[in-house]
Amino acid sequence: MTVAIKADARSIRRIAISHRLSRWDVRLSPYLYISPFFVLFGLVGLFPLLYTAWVSVHDWNLIGGQGDFVGVDNYVTVLSQPYFWTSLRNTFSIFLLSSVPQVLLAIGIAAFLDYNLRAKTLWRMGVLLPYVVAPVAVALIFSNMFGDRFGLINEILGGLGIDPIRWHVDIIPSHLAIATMVNFRWTGYNALIFLAAMQAVPRDYYEAAIIDGANRLRTFWSITIPLLRPVIIFVIITSTIGGLQIFDEPRMFDTAGQGGANRQWQTLTLYIYELGWGQRNFGRASAVAWLLFLIILVIAVLNFVITRRIAGSTERRIRTKGTR
Amino acid sequence: MSRKNQIGGHDRRPGLWVYGILIAVLLGSAFPIWWSFLIGSQDAAAINKNGMMWVPGGNFIANAATVIDSIPFWTALLNSIIVSTSVAISVVAFSTLAGYAFAKLKFRGREGLLIFVIATMAVPTQLGIVPLFIVMSRLGWTGSLWAVIAPGMVTAFGVFWMTQYLRDALPDELIEAVRMDGASMIRSFWHVGLPAARPAAAMLALFTFIGTWTNFFWPFIVLDPGNPTLPVALQQLQAAFYVDYSLVLAGVVLSIIPLILVFVFLGRQLVAGIMQGAVKG
Repeated sequence: MTVAIKADARSIRRIAISHRLSRWDVRLSPYLYISPFFVLFGLVGLFPLLYTAWVSVHDWNLIGGQGDFVGVDNYVTVLSQPYFWTSLRNTFSIFLLSSVPQVLLAIGIAAFLDYNLRAKTLWRMGVLLPYVVAPVAVALIFSNMFGDRFGLINEILGGLGIDPIRWHVDIIPSHLAIATMVNFRWTGYNALIFLAAMQAVPRDYYEAAIIDGANRLRTFWSITIPLLRPVIIFVIITSTIGGLQIFDEPRMFDTAGQGGANRQWQTLTLYIYELGWGQRNFGRASAVAWLLFLIILVIAVLNFVITRRIAGSTERRIRTKGTR
Repeated sequence: MSRKNQIGGHDRRPGLWVYGILIAVLLGSAFPIWWSFLIGSQDAAAINKNGMMWVPGGNFIANAATVIDSIPFWTALLNSIIVSTSVAISVVAFSTLAGYAFAKLKFRGREGLLIFVIATMAVPTQLGIVPLFIVMSRLGWTGSLWAVIAPGMVTAFGVFWMTQYLRDALPDELIEAVRMDGASMIRSFWHVGLPAARPAAAMLALFTFIGTWTNFFWPFIVLDPGNPTLPVALQQLQAAFYVDYSLVLAGVVLSIIPLILVFVFLGRQLVAGIMQGAVKG
């Protein structure tokens, strides 16, 4: 009998242990599963970004490494450089030239894709084709087409009796050429995002409007566009964050890669590269990186506030009612 | 919502003019690619002599051979494959694990941490390149593929994407059932979570692969000329032959063939992925 009791006690203890193990399993596993993301993101994402601020207040050479603490000197120097201001101007100019037409064009294309087409998938794939061409490749192709002397675009303009445009010399033309590369790659992609949102609009909204005598154009303006607003804002936010960091296209627009002889198309990221790896001045490069980060942060927060304001109710309506 | 009872032009077949406009759009998206082949198949002398031409020349193979001889093309191709595949696998693995936890497991701090993940999607981590470069030099990784793979191993977008998907796609009852049968947490993830996550994981892998393949900025900074990825090799090609566009654009054609093939076979999935993401995100 005592033996049996002992055996019972042992098995009870074993169950208790496995219970305790299981409780720890339940409690700890979730943290274990999310920890790789947080650890790695902290190491290669967040830490470098925050450490940029530390580097920016030091003398810091690419080869020599960390030097003296210099306070805001790097910022003062950078802000007094004309190239900083031209880069800032170029960045925003290229960004506006690429984002505004791109969103409008994408909405337009999406509206056509939203028709009840034959071979739907084929058309949708067609507009997405440029997305698989790397920005560097896009830039090389368009740099050729926008050639100043024998470029395709100038040949066509010549055929129309227009004087050749100096795409690689003048400021606005160079921005137009670079914006065209961005638009080429992303318009179709964004059109598909808008298309998805359009298809989520409950079709009976249109029925009601048509019964009230609205035509297709009118329903587009009064129903589709307002319901699309949250998606439009989403696209604008993502293209702002990406667009303000643009590097590949202006880097590849000519061979020197410095944004033109007078930095006509140098963007802030190109400027960071020139400071850090051209002049080997990591302190100043970090100062510009940190400034650009703050600019993006401010714009993102502004976007967010505006989104909250405008989108709130409309978004909820799409979410609850819409399926594909 | 049934699509049958739609009226008002949304179910009627559109007129020919709609197709006309869409054809124009398609020509626009295909033309630059065609153009690079057009130029890439000429010989340099012909371009300089005749100016514009609309028929491909017969020089593409010769140009491609020159390109392959003058930049480390095969190394670049192999590197791009290694880097993009490793990053895609890593992102998918860690995102699925984290997404499963966020979507299906209860733990303290879940909401706050998820909001943190979403907020970091908007953080331009690319701007941390200076310290990242310092770290990589300290580790002695500059010039090696590790320097490109490591910073790409996790993305906030991936975690968010998997969380969104698993929240709807995996019923809680299913997890409870396997838990009742005595499965440990990791076993229930393996047997229930992972199979449910497969469609979204495949999509995430595809987009991560393309994103890594086309990435230029960081590989350009951290890799050596002798050991590049494809976009970095293209930059070298431009530097070497900037006067001879037939060679540069032949190289462009060579470099875009792999992803064009991916597009041919998986373009349908790409379209579906973008459209799903738009509705969910």
